[in-house]
Amino acid sequence: MRKSALSTVAIASILAVSGAIGARSAHAGDQASNVEFGKKTAFTRKKGNCLACHYIAGGTAPGDIGPPLISMKARFPDRAKLRAQVWDATSNNPNTRMPPFGKHKILTEKEIDAVVDFLYTL
Amino acid sequence: MKKQTVAALTAGLLIAGSALANHKATDSTPAEDLKLYRDYFMKKFPGVPLNEFQNGVYAIDKVSRDSWEAIEEFPPYEPMIEDGEEMWNTPFKNGKTYADCFPDGPAQRKNYPHWDAKRGMVVTLPMAVNECRVKNGEKPLKWAKGPITRILAYMAYESRGQKTNVVIPEGDAAALAAYNDGKSFYFARRGQLNFSCASCHVESAGQHIRADILSPALGQTTGWPVYRSKWGELGTLHRRFKGCNKQVRARPFKPQGRQYRNLEYFLTHMSNGIEFNGPSARK
Ligand code: HEC
Ligand code: HEC
Repeated sequence: MRKSALSTVAIASILAVSGAIGARSAHAGDQASNVEFGKKTAFTRKKGNCLACHYIAGGTAPGDIGPPLISMKARFPDRAKLRAQVWDATSNNPNTRMPPFGKHKILTEKEIDAVVDFLYTL
Repeated sequence: MKKQTVAALTAGLLIAGSALANHKATDSTPAEDLKLYRDYFMKKFPGVPLNEFQNGVYAIDKVSRDSWEAIEEFPPYEPMIEDGEEMWNTPFKNGKTYADCFPDGPAQRKNYPHWDAKRGMVVTLPMAVNECRVKNGEKPLKWAKGPITRILAYMAYESRGQKTNVVIPEGDAAALAAYNDGKSFYFARRGQLNFSCASCHVESAGQHIRADILSPALGQTTGWPVYRSKWGELGTLHRRFKGCNKQVRARPFKPQGRQYRNLEYFLTHMSNGIEFNGPSARK
């Protein structure tokens, strides 16, 4: 089930590089690359793996344990609320099956910010 | 008062299986549990007869069932049953055989796991096999895969049709404690991903996790050892436990250690009345 450590390192360094490029580019490009980074983080199995449970436009073979992630801006006008859902879903629903991505350090704070940027494009 | 707790427990199961995690294992008796879990799954999957649950995910998903039935027509585990039969019939170096440890023959599945009051522990079939070997001067076999799965495949095959009948002896506090320990394990969240066994196999049974459909806990213990295409070979139930612990990024426990034996005791009891049908094939 797990890939070799090598591929994790490879993914990590690709992410680091794309992050570095993002930092150097102009503001608009910055935003676009952050969304791209967020999408990658959300889709990668070793990272967010959100597709395990959610339909997300652009992703393949989604699970159906959680609701489809659509119209996020309309449904979550308060960005802090959306971020909190990703950071620790148990704060909203103690019996949730959604992993606490921030609280359990499954994703970094930066990755979560990028995932939220990406969610707002859905 | 008892009634009330059970009602609360049922409500918990129906609203959200994981709500059970908030109940102490001692809130209901094994007999009450049996009814609760069975009712929960029979309601969740109407039209699936109790014994069908022995087929795991294929009991509830028509699409994957068709390809599975094709596999079971020429089962990949067939040669391993024959290997196991040969192991059964080949004398140990001291001239004795497995039959000296199991005088009623290889069809032993219905007797395991069981509570051994004298030793104060749950004894599983793989454990009894290895104890037989050691008693006769042979090396114990590795627990998760390899030769042990072949002798178990033969014994399971000979036991097909026997009914699961795990007993938690009345009035034996230590046996009940072992059962409750397994039950608490089942409902405890663990790992970085924060799942309990019940999050996936009670609450989400029948739902997709990515492309996989989650099998119901009911009936999960009858088909072992299992030939998984992913493994390309047979594996034991405790090998699967390890895999399921690892995928939530929790530290797995030792096969045949106390935790997994107690877990097997609890989980197998849930399937009382369902026929053993090992070995079987899975994706
Ligand atoms: C193992 C299952 C699982 C995974 C993995 C998962 N979620 Fe969820 N998610 C859920 C469930 C179940 C809910 C429904 C609310 C609840 O039960 O807490 C939910 C709810 C949500 C919601 C609120 C949606 C709404 O309409 O209220 C958002 C946003 C969300 N998830 C985002 C994510 C993101 C982003 C990821 C990956 C980084 C992710 N989820 C991974 C199971 C999951
Ligand atoms: C994150 C989800 C998840 C969790 C948590 C989980 N499992 Fe599983 N389990 C699976 C998947 C996916 C499969 C393969 C498909 C199936 O049969 O359900 C599986 C298969 C199994 C099987 C084999 C069923 C068969 O018919 O071959 C057993 C037994 C099992 N799990 C027991 C457990 C136990 C015990 C725990 C807790 C220690 C647990 N699982 C935790 C996802 C999970």
